[in-house]
Formats: sequence, C-alpha cells, structure tokens
Amino acid sequence: MIEFRQVSKQFPDGTLAVDDFSLVIPSRKTTVFVGSSGCGKTTILRMINRMIDRTSGSIEIDGEDIVGLDKVKLRRRIGYVMQNSGLLPHRKVIDNVATVPLLNGVPKKQAHERALELLDTVGLDRSLANRYPSQLSGGQQQRVGVARGLAADPNILLMDEPFGAVDPLVRAELQQELIRLQRELDKTVVFVTHDIDEAFLLGDQVVILQKGGVIVQKGSPTEILSAPANDFVADFIGATKGKRALHIDRRDGREIVLDSEGRAAGVLVDGPTGGSKDAPA
Amino acid sequence: MNWIIENLPLIGQRTLEHLALSIPPIVLSFVLSVPLGWLANRYRPSRGVLLTVLGLLYAIPSLPLLIVLPIILGTGARDSINVVVALTLYGIALMVRTTSDALGSVSSDISQSATAMGFSPWTRFWKVDLPLAGPVLLAGIRVVAVSTVSLVTVGAVLGIKSLGLLFTDGLQRNIVAEVLAGMVATIALALLIDAVLVLIGRLVMPWTRATRVASTRRARLTAEAAAS
Repeated sequence: MIEFRQVSKQFPDGTLAVDDFSLVIPSRKTTVFVGSSGCGKTTILRMINRMIDRTSGSIEIDGEDIVGLDKVKLRRRIGYVMQNSGLLPHRKVIDNVATVPLLNGVPKKQAHERALELLDTVGLDRSLANRYPSQLSGGQQQRVGVARGLAADPNILLMDEPFGAVDPLVRAELQQELIRLQRELDKTVVFVTHDIDEAFLLGDQVVILQKGGVIVQKGSPTEILSAPANDFVADFIGATKGKRALHIDRRDGREIVLDSEGRAAGVLVDGPTGGSKDAPA
Repeated sequence: MNWIIENLPLIGQRTLEHLALSIPPIVLSFVLSVPLGWLANRYRPSRGVLLTVLGLLYAIPSLPLLIVLPIILGTGARDSINVVVALTLYGIALMVRTTSDALGSVSSDISQSATAMGFSPWTRFWKVDLPLAGPVLLAGIRVVAVSTVSLVTVGAVLGIKSLGLLFTDGLQRNIVAEVLAGMVATIALALLIDAVLVLIGRLVMPWTRATRVASTRRARLTAEAAAS
C-alpha cells in the first residue's frame, strides 16, 4: 500500500505542481492517474520513487516513510516503465532487462537466465536478446521496458504513459498484455495516462486529476461512469457525447444500443458474458 | 629518392620517436578532459569560464610555450616532457569543450530512466553517460590526435627528436627528399593513429554500428514504402 498524506511539491521556480494531495493506493491493484498535461500526474508518480522529492507532507510505502530510505535502494525495489522505453541504447536487450539485478550484484549468468524468462513473460522471442534496442520496433522496445521494470520482481510497478508513443494497434495489444500480466503477477501498479479509455480499461481505481494534483474524482470505472462528480468529469470521460452516451432503442422486438450519433453500438443480452472488472469474484 | 632509401632506418627511428611523443599527450588530454568536461557540463557558472580559459590555451604559440615550459617545470630544454606537457595543454584546449558537449548530448530520457532504475550518480556517469558520449568523444579525440601528431614536429626547432628533425635537417642541408620524407611520414603516422582510434571505437562501442545499420534499414524500408 502506498499512502500520500497532504503531499505538496513546489519546484524551485515557484510552480506549485502538486498541492495538498492525499490518496491511498491499494496493494495488488492497478491505480491510474488520468488528467490533461500539467495536472501533476507525472510529478505524483515520480515522488513515489523519489525521482522528485516532495516539499511537504508524507509518502509511505507499507507504513514506512520513504523520506528515510536511501533513494538508490528505494528505486531498485520499484519497477519503472516510461514513455519511449528509456532503454539504454548501448546495451543489448538482455542486459537492459537484467539492469537492476546486475546493479544489485546478482551474478551475470543468473541475471541473464532470469532476463530470458522475462522476455517470455512479456511475449518477446528470445532471439531478440542479443539485439540492441534500436534494432527493435517501438512496441517491442516497450515490452523490453516492461520486462526491465519487472526484473527485480518489485512489488510496485510505476508506469509513466508507457504506451503513449506507439501506434493505436500496438497500444491495444500492449494494454491487453498488461492486463494479462497483472492477472498473473499481482503487482501494485501505478499508471499515468492522459487517455481516459486507457484509464478505464486498465484501472481498478481511477483517479481523475486537475491542475495542481487536485483529485476531481476517484473510484472504479463503473462508479465514475455511473456518477460523474461534476461537469468537468462528465466532459472528460465523454459521458455526454460520442460512444459513451448510449441509449436503447427497440426495433423488431430487440433492444438495440445506439450512441449519441444514432449509430448502432450493440444489442442488449441477458447477464454479463465475461469477467467484468467490478463483477463480484 | 636515394636519400630516402639510404636513410630508411633513420626515418624509422624518427617515426618511433615521433610516436612516443604523440601517444602520451593524446591519452592524457582524453583522460584529463573527462573530469574537466564533466565539471563544465555539470555546473552552469563554471562552464563559460572553464571553456573560455581552456580554449584560450590553444592560442598560445607553440614555440614560445616550448621555451617557457622548461623554466616553469625545471626541466632541461630538450627534455621530451616539455613537448608532452605542451601538447597535452593543446589537447585539453580542444577536448574539454567536446567532452562537455558530448556529456550534454546524452538524452535526458535515458539519464532519467537510468536514475529511475537505481543507478547511483557515480555508476550512472561511468556506465551510462560516458559510454553514450562515446561517439562524440571519439570524434573529438581524432581531431586531437591529428593535431598532436602534426604539432610534435615543432619540437625539432629545439632539437627534440621527432620526424620534425627531418624538416630542420633537410632545410639546413638543402635535401628536399628528407623534408618530403618527413612530411609523408608525419601524415602517414597521423592516418595510422586515426585508424587505430576508429578501430578502438568500433570495439568498445559495438552498439553504434548496430544502430546505424538499423536506422539505414529503417530509412530504406520507409523510402520503399513511400515509393510503392
């Protein structure tokens, strides 16, 4: 569990990026911060592994205030995946994946074996192990980035718009892959995005932020969709327009779901067909 | 031509002496430029001062420097240390700016991601920043190498043994072939050292070639896709 208590961050130039932010991020769930650029979501994320130090307030991981921890050691036990993968271009894929174990002094052979397993985990062919990052496609690089984030088997995985720079098809694929991974690995994932669809798809807890890290609404995707806190949220999640503003029309005795433009979005059937996120387990 | 054939052992010996005078300044200016370049790149106020002062070193004429250095260092006038020190100063003058720029050119995305992985600042410098600055550093040290090999000849005026002696001796005795031999051998030596540096670069930075191949292949694919 990660707990923010009245956390503020003021940058040296005077910008108050995050103002009095409090939130509990539950363990083994995916929490997604979503908001427009400049809302402080990346700053909040980076305060967890102390890439950015908070100005006031406290941040605790499992009850331990991170301010007392060694930054470098803290970062090694938290996975981090960023946009554009951030892979080291001068190291082969296998060494990139093994970065953190190697930093921790794990013997090279052992670290490499583990790295190869991780390539399997993220759905990459082992034959890519000896390539350099520049020889991979954008989607493959992102997968390597995820493998690297998982290499030290951290409890917490921070993801800063990890799929922001890949094309929509690959993004959809990576999102499904992350959902599968999360089902297998059960990490505490903190994910930052500006894409509300991505937030609803991946998040158990979605936190909608406004400038200054102000929480406009937080809850499960269903809770937010069913009761947007205000017009800003309703607008942001697109509840008033497009493919989310659905209504039912009755034709030939069947109930058809239409979007706000009147285009058919589907039909109504009995009961849930799949494992909805909010369905009781 | 006869002079050259008759004096091949002499040319060979002068070449070796020249090489022995060239290598230490090249190595020293590379090694010393790393901390200086880091300092210049790390702290904004030091950057301007450091780079300007060190850059001005290159403006000191070489002959007077070679005459003054023995007085400052307390060495003999014909001591090869004078040449090594003088050429190291020139090397640093060229190399510090390059090193500073090279370190500054490392993408902040990669630096940040390395920090996020848990590299300590010290480890990050040696394992991430410095290697990634490598291609620019190599370009810089190649300029230093060629400049050094050419400047070593100046020491000949003071009687310090190098290929430069072939110029002074050839001029005094009016042997054109000797002067030509000195020039050709100097250029050949410069090219040789340059080739060795490129080779070292390929060995220690295998990723630069992989990257180049990958990007040309990508460029070609894009071009083909655009054409079809």
